[in-house]
Amino acid sequence: MRTTIVVFLKEVLDNLRDRRTLASALIMGPIFGPVLFAFVINLSIERSLDDVERTMELPAIGQQHAPNLVRYLESRNIEVVDGPADAAAAIDAVKTGANDVVLIIPEEFGEQLQDTVPAKLELVSDQANTDAERDARRARGALYAYSQELAAVRLSARGVNPLVLRPLNIDEVDVSTASGRSAMLLGMMSYFFIFAALMGGMYLAIDSTAGERERGSLEPLLCLPVTRDQLMLGKIAATCLFMMLSLSLSLVSFFVALKFMPLEQLGMTPNFSPGVMLAALLLFAPFILLGAALMTLVASFTKSYREAQTWLSVVLVAPTMPILIVSILTLRPRLEFMFVPSLSQHLLLVDMVKNEPVNNLHVVISVVSTLIFGALLTWICARLYRREGLLG
Amino acid sequence: MIRVDDIHKSFGVVRAVRGVSFQAPDGKITGLLGPNGAGKSTTLRVLYTVLKPDAGTASVDGADVVKDGLNARRRIGALPHGSGLYPHLTARENVAYFARLCGLDKAEIDDRVDEIVRLLEIGDFADRRTKGFSQGQRTKVSLARALVHDPQNVILDEPSNGLDVMATRSLRNLILNLKDGGRCVLFSSHVMQEVAALCDDICIIANGQVAIDDSVDGIRNRTGCDDLEDAFVKAIHMVRPD
Repeated sequence: MRTTIVVFLKEVLDNLRDRRTLASALIMGPIFGPVLFAFVINLSIERSLDDVERTMELPAIGQQHAPNLVRYLESRNIEVVDGPADAAAAIDAVKTGANDVVLIIPEEFGEQLQDTVPAKLELVSDQANTDAERDARRARGALYAYSQELAAVRLSARGVNPLVLRPLNIDEVDVSTASGRSAMLLGMMSYFFIFAALMGGMYLAIDSTAGERERGSLEPLLCLPVTRDQLMLGKIAATCLFMMLSLSLSLVSFFVALKFMPLEQLGMTPNFSPGVMLAALLLFAPFILLGAALMTLVASFTKSYREAQTWLSVVLVAPTMPILIVSILTLRPRLEFMFVPSLSQHLLLVDMVKNEPVNNLHVVISVVSTLIFGALLTWICARLYRREGLLG
Repeated sequence: MIRVDDIHKSFGVVRAVRGVSFQAPDGKITGLLGPNGAGKSTTLRVLYTVLKPDAGTASVDGADVVKDGLNARRRIGALPHGSGLYPHLTARENVAYFARLCGLDKAEIDDRVDEIVRLLEIGDFADRRTKGFSQGQRTKVSLARALVHDPQNVILDEPSNGLDVMATRSLRNLILNLKDGGRCVLFSSHVMQEVAALCDDICIIANGQVAIDDSVDGIRNRTGCDDLEDAFVKAIHMVRPD
């Protein structure tokens, strides 16, 4: 135990003096996450604000035939501009993506309106192009609304209550985009915590294994009257401390950064209270042992510092895989997911942030199974450390 | 007291050591001499328990290096070949770290570190971080680190590598001091003159086998060469080839 503490203290001191370790533990992990998060959030906000507030340009052919319609569209923030020369050119323009949508107003439009025959309008759009379809949808909606309004006027003129045309009053509440986006963002967030934790310990894990071997300080160390298990445990413990530090900083920086992000505009009302942050820290703590043991294990296998770095960048990505899969399939938390480290932490964190009740059994399984994985990897590390080939 | 009894060690197809036996008694300096790749380092690495022999036994003060490695290591101060330091720690911290790992208590550590710093004349740079140290400075600090717990048996793998004349001289004095203190000193080298100047016993190794194990005069007599270099060359041709 004493030996392990001596090794632990030395590794901590050594790495506190190492700019690279410090930078990755105190800056990279904690800053990278919130910055990227803020970037994505702002991008999302920009796109969702598009729909209502931005003035949309609608290219039209023959706008002189329908001055009232043009005025109506303008009242809905849709500015009608001159479009392509003719219908064929309009179809081409939409096909090539030069225009998202083109409105064609035939010459006889005004006449048909006066005669109360259905007045023909053409709206050219590419419905397979989801991006362009947003504008088309908005134009279509505005045209339908204009049609409704005209119908109401006509009915009123004939002494009929316009409401007969509206037997149903459908109020659509669209939650799909907001919750879909927030699920993705929350998935990102838990990964940032995992990333920050791993980054915090990465250089220490490399330095204390591959680095120590490359430097030639491992062999003298192994000549000392201590067991290799003691040495390895001290190194893993120091790695854990740096990971914990990085994770805590990352949680704090998120907590601060989120105060400046207009999440409500995205329809997200996440709960990032200090309590949730503290719970997240405790929830992710078992993952730290797992991560430290995993990185030490991988780094022990490698021949050099450089090789260790290469392999550990793979380790940095690995925990995203289960999160990514679950986020894409939008799967709900399930008992069996709780056995998967990184995934269980992610799902539980999402529940907490969404203010949904957290299943205690799930928490227990997540903590215990992650700890067991961590202990198992630590044990494998110890076995590896006893190998003669450790010195390469 | 170090005993090596017929140890063998192969790495894949390379038979690095094949049946090396010798003894290094207390109060004497024993030299392990041999050309590059003769199996010196491998033999020493078996002794400080980093490698396990495929066959044969070795012991340090009676502690078997395989079965009782921890106790064997307690009796050893080792300077492995190409020892590295921790660049972010000062020389003194590097030495103190090893002292702590050897189980010395706090008060003892400070005294011993001061003593060894004085003994090895590293006071000038003892409080500097070891990053950027010269080869000689690094070797001295590594040596201080190996000796800080005052071990009974001292194993040095090519300690004079990269040392200048002055440093080699103080290393020689240090080794002689250890001998006078009744320590068992075993060191390897590929320089005959260096070994001859210091050693009571010389074990010449070639091709993973012991060619001659004798005193300097004994080697002269048995090879029939007065010149030490000639004796060395003759001795290494005495082992059977592959």
